[in-house]
Amino acid sequence: MVDSVRQPAAEPRSVPADGEEVRAKPRLWPRKRHNRYTGAPLLMISVNLLLFLLFFIWPAAIGLGYSFTSYTGVGSAPFVGLDNYQRLLNDPAFYSAMLRTVIYTGSIVPLSFVTSLGIAYLLVSPYTRGKPVARVVFFFPWLISPIIAGVIWRWLFGENFGLVNYIITELGGKAVPWQSNANLSLIVVIIAATWAGTAFNMLLFVAALKNVPISYYEAADLDGANAWQKFRRITLPAIAPTSFIVVLLSTLHTMKEYGLIVALNAGGPGTANNLIVQYIYTTGFKRAQIGYASAASFVLLLILMIIAFVQLMFNRRKGS
Amino acid sequence: MAVASRPPALRRTRPGSKTGDLPRKIGASSIMWLLVVVYAVPALWFVMSSFKPAGDLFSYPLTFYPKHPTVAGYTQAWTQFDFASYFLNTLIVATAATLLTIVVSAATGYALAKYSNWWLKAFAVCILATTMLPSETILAPLFLVVRNLGLYNNLAGIVVPAVITATGTFMFRQFFVTVPNDLLEAARIDGSGELSTFVRIMLPLARPIIMTLAIFSFQWRWNDYLWPLIILNDPKQFTLQIGVASIVGAQNVNWSILLGASVLSMVPLVAIYLIFQKYVMNADLNAGLKD
Repeated sequence: MVDSVRQPAAEPRSVPADGEEVRAKPRLWPRKRHNRYTGAPLLMISVNLLLFLLFFIWPAAIGLGYSFTSYTGVGSAPFVGLDNYQRLLNDPAFYSAMLRTVIYTGSIVPLSFVTSLGIAYLLVSPYTRGKPVARVVFFFPWLISPIIAGVIWRWLFGENFGLVNYIITELGGKAVPWQSNANLSLIVVIIAATWAGTAFNMLLFVAALKNVPISYYEAADLDGANAWQKFRRITLPAIAPTSFIVVLLSTLHTMKEYGLIVALNAGGPGTANNLIVQYIYTTGFKRAQIGYASAASFVLLLILMIIAFVQLMFNRRKGS
Repeated sequence: MAVASRPPALRRTRPGSKTGDLPRKIGASSIMWLLVVVYAVPALWFVMSSFKPAGDLFSYPLTFYPKHPTVAGYTQAWTQFDFASYFLNTLIVATAATLLTIVVSAATGYALAKYSNWWLKAFAVCILATTMLPSETILAPLFLVVRNLGLYNNLAGIVVPAVITATGTFMFRQFFVTVPNDLLEAARIDGSGELSTFVRIMLPLARPIIMTLAIFSFQWRWNDYLWPLIILNDPKQFTLQIGVASIVGAQNVNWSILLGASVLSMVPLVAIYLIFQKYVMNADLNAGLKD
């Protein structure tokens, strides 16, 4: 019987019987006992491993290759060296798409952070009434696809027919050019994206807020802390890991926004609000410049990597 | 002690539920309900408008409730576009992708949680990297790969690349980490093979996670736009989002049809959400078995 504890019959084992010895050595981290299996975990990750190789490594590799060619999707792929990257760096449309994406992301991430944390705070607060209904309403936009969300806000902010302009004119104002002014239409997209993106972040924050130990608040109550002090000194530090995830995920998500803008104003007026994914899509698939689009993709990839890396570093430093 | 070790999700009462803070209750509740109205109005206005006849949509003064309620927009959308097949295609994609995602993510998450090999740790980093480097960043080459695999203009071309998800994998990993190793050891002592332990003991335990991921995955695929747009060429294969987007992209947007089509496309997801609400709203991933 004892033997069968150490040696499960069906499993292949890489390190037999000497588990005790391994544990006796001083290690950087404590080694668990269940590390002698290879076949089962390999089988369990096999499908994901295959998908990862097929749909991430392979495209990344050939994408890097094609970014040095003038491939159009069919025929041969003439090698052009760094030409695509040089053209990209001189392309005003690329810079404008990049700039708009940065403005867009830079506005949405803080806005979405504050609204979703605020709403989550209200939803776990003991002082609010009617939480079940409110939760459903706040969460509802999550169900709505980016395309439909775009249509909803397009309908609301139509220049000649929208509810918003109707109210403004009824109140004696002048119709606002929500669609034909580049900055105003970006603002509408930002509002729409915040509205649509609150739900998911809210969910993360609600879970985090519920996990803050009540005893902290009770101790603070005894010390006479006010609501803001409790929020600033207890809640915020306690939910810091979630805050980090929210910022990281919403940055990455916002950088690749596409459907919402297509439905809301198609990146208009004209091409003024084309964001970076739309730029890649247009060059790669509408104009069939696969090589050039691959180069643009790699620049986006590089930027996302830098963003993720910087945020990770920032988080680590704050944590230590 | 017994109370303290209960999952945090079960602790509902906070110190403030004492009497005597009525002003704060009124204040906090009114802020929340103001926000509820702000969040509800866009969608409500949209749904209400969809029941107005085409002629009333733009006639001032605008009214919140339709004066002559009609479903003409819905019937027009249904007959002018091939909505039945859009629905079917979307349903096939979302269901197939969801089933595959759950199986694959659960297996990977379990392996990452319960075994420690250096290559598993490396693979965990690879999976995490897929969040940082979404498919949008490799759009063109990914398209070429899928085309070379013969999946262009095929619903499978949408399903298969979507199966690998870091969110799903790590949801399961987090859950299985909280399952005591004693359970696994006990199964081993009883002579259960690793795979059968996973399928018979661990997977049933993960039911809440399975439900949560099912709803998430279904929503992701139901609402997908860019990737299906690239992969599908034949209008017979179109998904709902492409169908709706094609109405938006027209020269003169037919708002009556667009409103009806949009609301129609949301109905299944809303229904699923209302039924399985608790799995989404209580998605507290730490509320598993705690040692």
